[in-house]
Amino acid sequence: MTTQEHDASVYEQMQTSGEFQDLKRRFRRWTFPMTVAFLTWYLLYVVLSGFARDFMGIKLFGNINVALVFGLLQFVSTFWIAWAYARHAEKKLDPIADKLRHEVEEKTR
Amino acid sequence: MSSEALATTLFLAFVALTLGITFWASRQTKTAADYYAGGRSFSGAQNGLAIGGDYMSAASFLGIAGIIALSGYDGFLYSIGFLVAWLVALLLVAELMRNSGKFTMADVLAFRMSPRPVRTAAGVSTITVSIFYLLAQMVGAGALVGLLLGITSPSGKALTIVGVGALMIVYVVFGGMKGTTWVQIVKAVLLMSGAALITILVLGHYGFNLSSLLGEAATQSGKGGNFLIPGLKYGTEAQGLAGKIDLISLGLALVLGTAGLPHILIRFYTVPTAKDARKSVLWGIGIIGVFYLLTLVLGFGAAALVGSKAIAAADKAGNTAAPLLAKAVGETFLGEVGGTILLALIGAVAFATILAVVAGLTLASSSSFAHDLYAHVFKRGNVSEREEVLVARISAFVIGAVSIGLGILAQGQNVAFLVALAFAVAASGNLPAILYSLFWKRFNTAGAVSAIYGGLVSALILVIFSPVVSGSPTALFKDADFAWFPLSNPGIISIPLGFLCGWLGTVLSKEHNAAKYAEIEVRSLTGVGAEKAAEH
Repeated sequence: MTTQEHDASVYEQMQTSGEFQDLKRRFRRWTFPMTVAFLTWYLLYVVLSGFARDFMGIKLFGNINVALVFGLLQFVSTFWIAWAYARHAEKKLDPIADKLRHEVEEKTR
Repeated sequence: MSSEALATTLFLAFVALTLGITFWASRQTKTAADYYAGGRSFSGAQNGLAIGGDYMSAASFLGIAGIIALSGYDGFLYSIGFLVAWLVALLLVAELMRNSGKFTMADVLAFRMSPRPVRTAAGVSTITVSIFYLLAQMVGAGALVGLLLGITSPSGKALTIVGVGALMIVYVVFGGMKGTTWVQIVKAVLLMSGAALITILVLGHYGFNLSSLLGEAATQSGKGGNFLIPGLKYGTEAQGLAGKIDLISLGLALVLGTAGLPHILIRFYTVPTAKDARKSVLWGIGIIGVFYLLTLVLGFGAAALVGSKAIAAADKAGNTAAPLLAKAVGETFLGEVGGTILLALIGAVAFATILAVVAGLTLASSSSFAHDLYAHVFKRGNVSEREEVLVARISAFVIGAVSIGLGILAQGQNVAFLVALAFAVAASGNLPAILYSLFWKRFNTAGAVSAIYGGLVSALILVIFSPVVSGSPTALFKDADFAWFPLSNPGIISIPLGFLCGWLGTVLSKEHNAAKYAEIEVRSLTGVGAEKAAEH
């Protein structure tokens, strides 16, 4: 068996291992729905900007209208999702990723 | 001292500083990893600033402030698309790319697929996207300098483009990624400080009451309440349904394009680990987000204090709104001298902005030419590191020279659509290829090649037959009319088409490499075997 084939089988073993599947699940279960959520939220904003201008023009206080608040909320949601992802990754992904990396590096050395 | 002379002095100081940095960086740049990725030794915060410096182009600084000053709220739509887009990069792309790639976007694709066809496709797409973006910036640079320094003759503008191009070539050829990154960091700090200073002065003038600023902007614009809601520029009522669909199409390209822009993707390789890539994007989101909030105040402030009429009189597209505002607030607070100083400051910041962005684009396209096309396609990988870096430097020179030439030829043409087109191509071709490659087990060479060419070609064809190229008063060719596609932005058709082509190409081909997918999946999520930072 050449080194390369050996490496390949290490990766395939790792890919099917429970721990790796757990890491993959934790990654995808957070990022995929969140991506759908923020894209939908953004598209809602763009569609309303095109088709619901009377609604966007409703004044909430002073000259601050729905359009401005909706736009600023996109900033708030972006900052919040970025922060939440960083927290999720540090707590739920990094420890498993680090452990698995050491394991594979031991085997492929 | 006149404002022009002061602006020139400040700009020369920036040039001197950045040339010093370039000289220092050139002595540190020895290996391919140094040249392409700055030795992967930048910290997350440094790279975050550089991401801001790479991303916040003159189009987003002067352009968005100008759109807001002239058309009110609509400029904000642009900012929001540009910002939300970073979540795609953060959640799905940055860390996984850092873990599985080396120098270019194509590295990730070539990992599990037949390298020559996918590198060719990715190289063609990278160079196309970067040149479009570069050309828009170069033409913008000529126009801008004309406005800021009072140079109006075509030869004067041409000379400016040559000057900007020459500096960009020096940064990239000698400084490589290390030099370019530091130029971007310096620029980001200058831009944020300049924008923050003007914003504070504007808000101060209105007693830090946003509502009264907006009220004054609406009054001075002459458009009243409509100035504060969407619809004066994009998807106007006069354009009907097509205009509104065009707005959605633009929004899609903005939000999905960023994570497929080659000059942004290569920034993820400049840090030691995937965690640092994550930190870079977090810093980038913070900086870019705050910056777009500042441009909101700058744009409405310009409308309120300078007035939309005066801004439109100075430049039809409103590109001088921010400089004119700087002059106006300077005069309000510090008299005539203050106006002169602030105008000069913002003028110099605008130059720095252009330079940092064009350098990033030149680096991305020359890296892809040398690493993807020359080393792996033409030479099939049989090339020494020294030779590859030499070719990268030569191609940076050639791409720089070509963009100077095209920039001069396109002088006075309306090429602003090229930025939106670059985003559309990146979203339609590059993004599907990257996402499928990282997440879809079955994906293969035919799929990658189909996604990239399908997205690239469909976006290009739709734009060629759109109102931006012919058949409208603002078109590139005003006198011809071969426009059958009603939208200016192709994204709403070309993005789904790119994803569809990628899927179709994949299922029609039997090729499939399970072992390589196992490897890239394990590597991208765990960081096994990721390229290490250089030791210096």
